[in-house]
Amino acid sequence: MTTVAAKPATMAQAFGRALRDAMAADPSVHVLGEDVGTLGGVFRVTDGLAKEFGDARCTDTPLAEAGILGTAVGMAMYGLRPVVEMQFDAFAYPGFEQLISHVAKMRNRTRGAMPMPLTVRVPYGGGIGGVEHHSDSSEAYYMATPGLHVVTPATVADAYGLMRAAIASDDPVVVLEPKRLYWSKDTWNPEHPTDVEPIGRAVVRRPGSSATLITYGPSVPVCMEAAEAARAEGWDLEVIDLRSLVPFDDETVGASVRRTGRAVVVHESGGFGGPGGEIAARVTERCFHHLEAPVLRVAGFDIPYPPPMLERHHLPGVDRILDAVARLQWEAGS
Amino acid sequence: MTVMEQRDAYRPTPPPAWQPRTDPAPLLPDAEPFRVLGTDAAAKADARLLHQLYAEVVRGRRYNAQATALTKQGRLAVYPSSTGQEACEVAAALVLEERDWLFPSYRDTLAAVARGLDPVQALTLLRGDWHTGYDPREHRVAPLCTPLATQLPHAVGLAHAARLKGDDVVALAMVGDGGTSEGDFHEALNFAAVWQAPVVFLVQNNGFAISVPLDKQTAAPSLAHKAVGYGMPGRLVDGNDAAAVHEVLADAVRHAREGGGPTLVEAITYRMEAHTNADDATRYRVDAEVDAWRDHDPVLLLERELTERGLLDEEGIRAVRDDAEKMAADLRERMNQDPVLDPMDLFRDVYAEQTTQLREQAAQLRAELDAEADGADR
Ligand SMILES: Cc1ncc(C[n+]2csc(CCOP(=O)(O)OP(=O)(O)O)c2C)c(N)n1
Repeated sequence: MTTVAAKPATMAQAFGRALRDAMAADPSVHVLGEDVGTLGGVFRVTDGLAKEFGDARCTDTPLAEAGILGTAVGMAMYGLRPVVEMQFDAFAYPGFEQLISHVAKMRNRTRGAMPMPLTVRVPYGGGIGGVEHHSDSSEAYYMATPGLHVVTPATVADAYGLMRAAIASDDPVVVLEPKRLYWSKDTWNPEHPTDVEPIGRAVVRRPGSSATLITYGPSVPVCMEAAEAARAEGWDLEVIDLRSLVPFDDETVGASVRRTGRAVVVHESGGFGGPGGEIAARVTERCFHHLEAPVLRVAGFDIPYPPPMLERHHLPGVDRILDAVARLQWEAGS
Repeated sequence: MTVMEQRDAYRPTPPPAWQPRTDPAPLLPDAEPFRVLGTDAAAKADARLLHQLYAEVVRGRRYNAQATALTKQGRLAVYPSSTGQEACEVAAALVLEERDWLFPSYRDTLAAVARGLDPVQALTLLRGDWHTGYDPREHRVAPLCTPLATQLPHAVGLAHAARLKGDDVVALAMVGDGGTSEGDFHEALNFAAVWQAPVVFLVQNNGFAISVPLDKQTAAPSLAHKAVGYGMPGRLVDGNDAAAVHEVLADAVRHAREGGGPTLVEAITYRMEAHTNADDATRYRVDAEVDAWRDHDPVLLLERELTERGLLDEEGIRAVRDDAEKMAADLRERMNQDPVLDPMDLFRDVYAEQTTQLREQAAQLRAELDAEADGADR
C-alpha cells in the first residue's frame, strides 16, 4: 500500500482542481468568464486551465455578465456543460435577467425537454477588506429563484466535492464561493481527488447537546470558534454546516434541533428577508414541540455592505453569537 | 394567379419604405487618431491652455505615484492607477463648465481631482472609510462608479433632465474599453442618440480590461466605430496627447450644448501600471509592450512641445514639479492621519427615515460598543 503524504491545499486550489478534473473527465465541460484564461481568474481559481485545455474550453469572454450567462444558456442548449465565473458577487447582477428568466426556468418552460446543466460560480461575502460592490452576500436572491440549486462550501474538501457535483448536475447550480475562505487550508491531498459530495446534505461539524448553530459558508469557522468559546459558559453547541441552501436538508437540521431543543441561525447577509428567516420558519414548523426557545437569528445588519474600515462591526462575530446563545435560556412570558 | 405562376415576373426590389435614417459617412471616425502635439496644429493651440494641461498632467502623474505609494503603506485598500492616462483624465475635467457633470469610473479619481475635488475626499472610496467621500452635487461629479458601464445611463438621464428643464448642461461620462462590452453601454448610447441627449462618452482604450486585450473584447474596427450604429458621431483621438483630447472633447461638448446630441470619443492610450496594486500584469503582457509606450508618454509629449516652442524652460519645469510635490506632500500628510470613524454611521443614510429594524440594530451596536469601551477602560 502506498501512502501519499497529505499536502494542504487552499480552498481556491480545490475549486480549481475540481474544474480541472471535471474538464479532463468530460469534454463537454467548458469554462468561461472575465479573465479566466491567461490570468487564471482574479482569484486564480482557473489558473492553468487555458494552458491545459486550450482557450476554446477555458475562454476569456468580453466583459459582459448578461452575455456570459446568455451565451452559456445557448451552449447548454447545444449539449455543452458550461461553468461560468461571475468575477465578484455584485458584478453578477447585470446577468440576473438571463439567470432568473432563462437559466432557472428553461427545464420548466420546456416540460423537461431542455435541461440547463450549467454551473455559475460566484465569489461572495465580505471580510476581505474589499471596497464597494466587492462583498455582497447575494444568496437570498438565488435562493428565492425556483429552478436554481444553491451550494456554498466551508471546507477545502467540500469545495472540491460540491464543485464536482455542481458540474455533474443536470440542473443549474449556483456555487457561492466564500472568498474570505479562499486561502484557508485543511489537510486534503490535491493529488488525490476527494469524493464528490452530493448536493443537498448538511453535515454536523461539531456535535453538541445544548443548542444548535445552523450556518454555512464563511460563517462556519466563526460558529466553530463560538462553540469553543461557549464551553466556558457551560454550553455544548452543535454546529451544522448546511453546505446546500437549495435543496435544504430538513432532516439533518430537524434531527439536531429536536435533540438540542434550541437553535440559532448564523449568516453574514442581512437578516430581514434573508436566508435565516426561511430556515427559522422551517425549523419552527417541523420542531415546534421540541423547542425550548424561539429560533434566533444572528445576521449582518440590514444595510448596504459597509466600507472595509467598518465591516467588522457589521459581520456577525463570536460575541454576537454568544449573546444569542445566552438569550436561548428563554422562559415563557419573558 | 398563384405565387408559382408569378415566379417569372418576380424581380427583387427593396422593401417599399426603406431609406437610410442617417448618412453614416459623417459619423465615421477618422482613420487615424487625431493628434495635435508635434504637428503643425500645435502652433495654433492656445499657449495658456497647453501650460495648464502640462501643469495638471504633471500633478496627475505625481498624484498617481503618491496614491500607489499609499497602497504599499496600507493607507489605501486599493488603487487603480491612471499612470499613462493622465492626458485623458485632465482633459475630461478641464473641458467642462462648472454647471456640467462628470460621470467617472473607478479609475478616474484624477479627473475628479482635476475638476476641483479635494484629493483626500476623492480617495475615500479607495481608502475604505466610506463609499463616496464627497457630495456629488457640490462639484457635479457623480460617485466613482465600480460596476462597469452602469454610470453611463445615469449620465444620459441627467443630461436629458437638464435639457427638459431648459438648462444647457452637458454630461461627460468615462468608461474603459472593457466596459464597452456591457449591455449598459449599449443602452446608454442608444438612449442618448434617440433622445439627442447632451452627453459625451469618453472611452479610454488603455489596451486591457484587467488581463483581456482589446482583440478579445471587440471585433469592431475601432471602438469609435460603434457610434455609427447608434446614429452618433464617433471620434478617435490620441489619448496621450492632452491637447488633442482636449480639442476633441471640447468640440463634442460644444456640439452637445448646442443641441447636436451625443458623441462617442475613443482615446487610444495605455495603462502603464498593473490593473490595480493587487494585479500581476506580467501574467498577460510583456515589458517590451509597456516600454514602447514610454516614448509616447503624456508628460513627455507636452514637455517637448512647450520646450521646443519656447514656452517652457528648466525653471518652468521645476516650478510645475515643485507645485506637484507640494500637492503630494499634503496628500501624504493628510492620508497618514487615521480617519475618525463612527461605527454608528452604518445606520445613517440607509433611508431618509430610519426603519424600526434599523433603530433596533443601532441600539444593539451601541450597546456592543459601550461594552467594548467599558472593557477597554478596565
Ligand atoms: C459589471 C462589472 N463586471 C466586472 C467587474 C470587475 N472588473 C473591475 S475592473 C475590470 C476591467 C475593466 O476594464 P476596462 O473597462 O477596460 O477599464 P480599465 O480597468 O482598463 O480602466 C473588471 C472586469 C466590474 N467592476 N463590474
